Amino acid sequence: MAKQDSKSDLAGLLSADRERVVDQWIDSVVGSLKGRISKAEVDRELRELYAALVEALVAGGEDARGDHLSETRALLTELSRNRARQGFTPSETAISVLALKRAFEPALRDGSAEDTDRYLRLSRILDDLALFTIETYTRTREEIISSQATQLMELSTPVVKLWDGVIAVPLVGTLDSARTQVVMEKLLQALVDTGSEQAIIDITGVPAVDTQVAQHLLKTIVAARLMGAECTVSGIRPQIAQTIVALGIEFGDIVTKATLADALQLALKKSGIDLVAHQGGGR
Amino acid sequence: MNVPWAAGQVPRTQGIAQNDDVVRARQQVRGHAQQCKLSLVDQTKFITAASELARNTLVYGGGGEMRSGLVERDGRRGVAAVFEDSGPGIPDIELALTDGWTSGGGLGLGLSGARRLVDEFFLDTEAGRGTTVSIVKWSR
Repeated sequence: MAKQDSKSDLAGLLSADRERVVDQWIDSVVGSLKGRISKAEVDRELRELYAALVEALVAGGEDARGDHLSETRALLTELSRNRARQGFTPSETAISVLALKRAFEPALRDGSAEDTDRYLRLSRILDDLALFTIETYTRTREEIISSQATQLMELSTPVVKLWDGVIAVPLVGTLDSARTQVVMEKLLQALVDTGSEQAIIDITGVPAVDTQVAQHLLKTIVAARLMGAECTVSGIRPQIAQTIVALGIEFGDIVTKATLADALQLALKKSGIDLVAHQGGGR
Repeated sequence: MNVPWAAGQVPRTQGIAQNDDVVRARQQVRGHAQQCKLSLVDQTKFITAASELARNTLVYGGGGEMRSGLVERDGRRGVAAVFEDSGPGIPDIELALTDGWTSGGGLGLGLSGARRLVDEFFLDTEAGRGTTVSIVKWSR
């Protein structure tokens, strides 16, 4: 784009009263963040951003998604990502860009028509950049959420070996179809890997057992049985037991126990292991 | 049925459009049940019933919303939840409330079981007009 005369030049608008504008910008952003980021850091971020913006405008870029502003966008991406990770709201993130508009307002009051025109053009660019900031912010949040969901899925489904031939799956949290799938796969794989014949599914950490959870449990148990393993469900608390009865869910011939200890004892007995208490025990 | 919402209480609304919303609905109801100081057994029963109905709203009603909050009648306090969808409705209520009958792939105990888990159960439905289920559990 050809260099324009200084009156309609946006870079001129940004350079004219640079120190005052930047200071005011930094002040209003720092104010909106309520001291959760140090002023020095905001100062550094925004000065860098301002320099990049001026440079882009000198080069003649006015399209917020264009090549000239790519450096500005890169800085904004970093800024929004940091804000998203640090738990700031979308408004608190976007204000970093939008507050710059406010910093130009005093100059506008006694400015000419050209100034107004330049302000409006700059304002349009800043609006687009603010939208870009929010988009980046949202994307970062979504990345965080989906990685947490994946972590949670893996975290909450360990298969532990309690004894030779006895494995247990302590279930914690909500059992939906996706998680049941993971639990079932892990359990069946662990049965093969450890050559176990007894599996205990402990539901102490499951807050509510509704028909869907029960159905998922039943399917898992049937699958384990098909592989020749015996399954016991443990951790049935009184309130869960009463709820299951009222719902009318039939566990059929599936063995259930109140605690994991009871279930382990039963599993050991079935594997032919006797637990004997020694006299003078407690050592 | 008009749910007797407690004075000064605005029932909270939770949209039900995906699987995660069932969990959110359950958490919201849990909050209200605790606020109402229901016993642990009654809490679990009410939450489970809400979980069933929220899933029905999602799976059979094609999504909708839940309103829940505290209720009051004749000096008794309780907790209520209303599930509303504008799905296909239930053509045969008798059949739908039969244990073991399902039009989907479930156990067929959700609707009938939920009725047994609560103190009051109202089903308002008509084929093609959607379904509204209201449940109330009174504090003892």
